[in-house]
Amino acid sequence: MKIVVASGKGGTGKTSIAVNLALSVGAKQVMDCDVEEPNVHIFLKPENPRRKPVELLVPEIDEEKCTHCRRCAEFCQYNALFVVGETAMVFPELCHSCGGCKLVCPEGAITEKPRQIGTITVAESRGMGLVYGELNVGEALTVPVISAVKEQAEDDGLVILDAAPGAACPLVETVHGADFCLMVTEPTPFGLHDLQVATEVVRQLGVPLGVAVNFAGIGDRGVYRFCEREGMPVIMEIPYDRRIAELYSRGIPFTAEMTEWRGRFRELLETVEAMIA
Amino acid sequence: MKQVTVLSGKGGTGKTTITGCFAALADRPVLADCDVDASNLHLILNPKIMETIEFKGLNLAEIDPEKCTMCGLCMQLCRFNAIHDYAVDPIHCEGCKVCVVNCPAEAISFNERVCGYAYLSETVYGPMSHARLTPGMENSGKLVTLVRQNAAKLAEETGRELVLVDGPPGIGCPVIASLSNVDAAVAVVEPTLSGIHDLKRALQLLEHFEIVPSVIVNKYDLNVENTASIRGFCEEQGIPVLGMIPFDENVTKAMVQAKPVVVFSPESPASLAIREAWDGFGSFLGL
Repeated sequence: MKIVVASGKGGTGKTSIAVNLALSVGAKQVMDCDVEEPNVHIFLKPENPRRKPVELLVPEIDEEKCTHCRRCAEFCQYNALFVVGETAMVFPELCHSCGGCKLVCPEGAITEKPRQIGTITVAESRGMGLVYGELNVGEALTVPVISAVKEQAEDDGLVILDAAPGAACPLVETVHGADFCLMVTEPTPFGLHDLQVATEVVRQLGVPLGVAVNFAGIGDRGVYRFCEREGMPVIMEIPYDRRIAELYSRGIPFTAEMTEWRGRFRELLETVEAMIA
Repeated sequence: MKQVTVLSGKGGTGKTTITGCFAALADRPVLADCDVDASNLHLILNPKIMETIEFKGLNLAEIDPEKCTMCGLCMQLCRFNAIHDYAVDPIHCEGCKVCVVNCPAEAISFNERVCGYAYLSETVYGPMSHARLTPGMENSGKLVTLVRQNAAKLAEETGRELVLVDGPPGIGCPVIASLSNVDAAVAVVEPTLSGIHDLKRALQLLEHFEIVPSVIVNKYDLNVENTASIRGFCEEQGIPVLGMIPFDENVTKAMVQAKPVVVFSPESPASLAIREAWDGFGSFLGL
């Protein structure tokens, strides 16, 4: 079973909930799909890490064969190829690796070579599998790194995926194929707004969802009213508690010290299992 | 004209709270919300939309079932795994056109799709450029670029000298777009190990694009040891720390009232600290 922990707004507690849930129930794997700013490995120290490059195939033009006909540049939807006069240029950081330029080149002048855009790390931590991705600084395309992380997912057993904030393509890539999505939010106008856009994405993908309200007690009732109106169950509430915030700041999963919460996370998993059964 | 971006790496550190306050404190700014898929600045600046512009992202391939001969070539060629059972999945199609030009039956059309809207608005603090990406869409970087262009245009039209950009979290495509051609950036960080980890990646990104960095520590009193380590790190790197904002319940109360905290409770601890950070920011920018 794959459970994604997601949120529209950043800093609502996705990583904290993903890690504490995984530890409390003994997940098989935890995967950090926030490849721009991965944080799971701060809370779950990686043991025996193996690093693998994430590569995209990008075009290389053979100047001997190129006739500067411009077909490739005209074809490319991402402006990654540019032909001016007798020079053909490739802008690899814009390339989405669709392979189209190679297919349209009438001279067979284009080949593809791998280019590294990030890394994934496969490790163990506290008896669980840990996988996380890191986009290289300066690179734009996150989706191929997220899919490289997801390729490491086990087919059976409980896999918990920590998503990046937002409601664009990284969320789509992370949630695609999941069995359940736990939407984490805070009860504030910012939290509500971003919960609305993120749930729209998850619903489009047809993945069942439930809401976890973190920092309960601050803000207003807007999130609760929205959930009620939309028939989305609030399946966990974590109060605003300075102790949790301090443990978080030190990179300690709060269930390690506030052990009474382990049972709450186990109940959360039971609720999720009942919802998707 | 000067353009500055507020970013953070990690989400939820207070970018929008600070941008909203800077909007209220600045002399005749133009505002740009570049978090186009989970935008929040409008929730505290209450813009009145004056103009709405359709945003067309990449085109979408569509298969005409009448013409399709089910040869399967498109499925073989698509590298985004976006074609199943002779139909294009619009969520995964990246608009590359490979299937369109290679279909032997010419059964695939390539159509424009509206992926969101850009807005030109007015707020009590100045003109605002913002947008809404249709949830789940690609190309937020391209929409961010449009928001930036609109903001520059608004600044030019109204003779304003400062564009304040509220950036998205992360370091990927939309963040890169929100940093192009800016004069300086301020990274907002909370004193947590995650925050520090993400700050370092955000600062590396600024270095990569040769953008002058500065830092604001938000909720600095949450963990004073981590705050000291951020200050030590910044000092080592020669990065100015413009402000230290304490945890203050008025920040959330102001958000609920849809106001920047410096307007809602000008004398609260957070407001006083943000005002000081703004003064530091002004001299940092040479305003």
